[in-house]
Amino acid sequence: MAEATESAGDGGAASPRPLFAGLSDITISQDIPIEGEITIPMRSRIREFDSSTLNESVQNTIMRDLKAVGKKFMHVLYPRKSNTLLRDWDLWGPLFLCVILALMLQRDAVDSEKYGGPQFAEVFVTLWFGAVTITLNSKLLGGNISVFQSLCVLGYCILPLTVAMLICRLVLLVELGPVNFLVRLLVVILMFAWSVVASTAFLADSQPPNRKTLAVYPVCLFYFVISWMVLTFTPQ
Amino acid sequence: MAAADDLQFEEFGDAATSLGANPDDTTISIEDPGETPKHQPRLLRGSGREEDDDLLGNDDSDKTELLAGQKKSSPFWTFEYYQTFFDVDTYQVLDRIKGSLLPIPGKNFVRLYIRSNPDLYGPFWICATLVFAIAISGNLSNFLIHLGKKTYHYVPEFRKVSIAASVIYAYAWLVPFALWAFLMWRNSKVMNFVSYSFLEIVCVYGYSLFIYIPTAILWIIPQKAVRWILVMIALGISGSVLAMTFWPAVREDNRRIALATVVTILLLHTLLSVGCLAYFFDAPEMDHLPTTATPNQTVAAAKSS
Repeated sequence: MAEATESAGDGGAASPRPLFAGLSDITISQDIPIEGEITIPMRSRIREFDSSTLNESVQNTIMRDLKAVGKKFMHVLYPRKSNTLLRDWDLWGPLFLCVILALMLQRDAVDSEKYGGPQFAEVFVTLWFGAVTITLNSKLLGGNISVFQSLCVLGYCILPLTVAMLICRLVLLVELGPVNFLVRLLVVILMFAWSVVASTAFLADSQPPNRKTLAVYPVCLFYFVISWMVLTFTPQ
Repeated sequence: MAAADDLQFEEFGDAATSLGANPDDTTISIEDPGETPKHQPRLLRGSGREEDDDLLGNDDSDKTELLAGQKKSSPFWTFEYYQTFFDVDTYQVLDRIKGSLLPIPGKNFVRLYIRSNPDLYGPFWICATLVFAIAISGNLSNFLIHLGKKTYHYVPEFRKVSIAASVIYAYAWLVPFALWAFLMWRNSKVMNFVSYSFLEIVCVYGYSLFIYIPTAILWIIPQKAVRWILVMIALGISGSVLAMTFWPAVREDNRRIALATVVTILLLHTLLSVGCLAYFFDAPEMDHLPTTATPNQTVAAAKSS
């Protein structure tokens, strides 16, 4: 409305360029006050200004972060093209998953064989070093995803392989044999495929279209190596 | 020397080197009437670069900015500098891999495929894949060989991954560095017409290692004859890629030095493949020894008692 009066005023003063030519003959004599309600739909803004997070109970804080992590787990388990993992990235989930995986994959302290399974530090370093290398690779190829977003996605998509590790550990409690191995093999293959599909659903769009394969291949190699470590785990 | 221009050009490689043979020739864009039209676009870029390399004293292709305007203009501490080494598309990487698998006699891998756009993506990820291929195949092959034995307890042998990584990355970076230094030294003594930058040599070595990935997987088969045939085939293919790449670079030199260089390259390559086979893959005949030993032992025990 204010615009109409303005343009009417301009039209009356013979402005050089009549912007709202069709409205030039609308005249409104009195001022019409503008009133209404404005609601800002961003809760985070209110959180910042309110400092209520300082006063809330510890349980609220922890539950909020746990819910965020849990929501991302759900996104990994049912991969759809959504931006949640990329927008609100966090590294709690990857840290949690890496520690659990490394704890389960490490060999016992009693084992003094020269070429045994990996130690905790070896698994941990392999996982994080591999994730950083893949992130660097995708940035060097010209992807428009940030470092932490990429680390977040790669870390969260280890979830199916951690589940596979748990299942393998349970299956290994039963007597060993070729059937045992076949079951573990099938589970690991399935979870490897799941991880790769989940991570490519999030990462593939951030690459230029003629380099998608170049960016996705290292991710497949990474999850293949982790699957190999999960599959070849033998209890002492 | 000037008569070289009138020669009929048959090979792309020869054409480039004989055009670069004229130090007095300052023209950059070269249209030779004797060429086939197919070679012309490549020759335009390729010959220009070689002349740049010769005229500017065989510097790295980093310094030849006459034809590559947008490359390598950032200082080396920025991220964009390293992005120029990953400026390849999927089809280019696949083309280069295909070129390393099918060496065509007379065609130079660097001139044909790399063409002053060396990338670090191929060498790095081919070496990474090779490391894991060797470690995993070795582990799997040992498991299959010792499968029936009662005393064998399977271990994943994770340490071997780090050993394989050290060996292969050292080979893929230190040998090209040594070769590049040697070629630079020879270029200061003898005027060579073909010179490669350090990254191009790293690129050739990286892509030539690709044939070892399927070879390592096929080495799981526990037959000695099969393994050695695979070694021969892989060595033949990747060795010929390397030999055909580096022969034009040393050909102008003293005959003995040129031959010695190419022989050394091939020898190191052989050493890598045979060494990996020997270290990561147990000999398949080992499982025959205990079965033949035990009857001897029982016979000896029967004789002694």
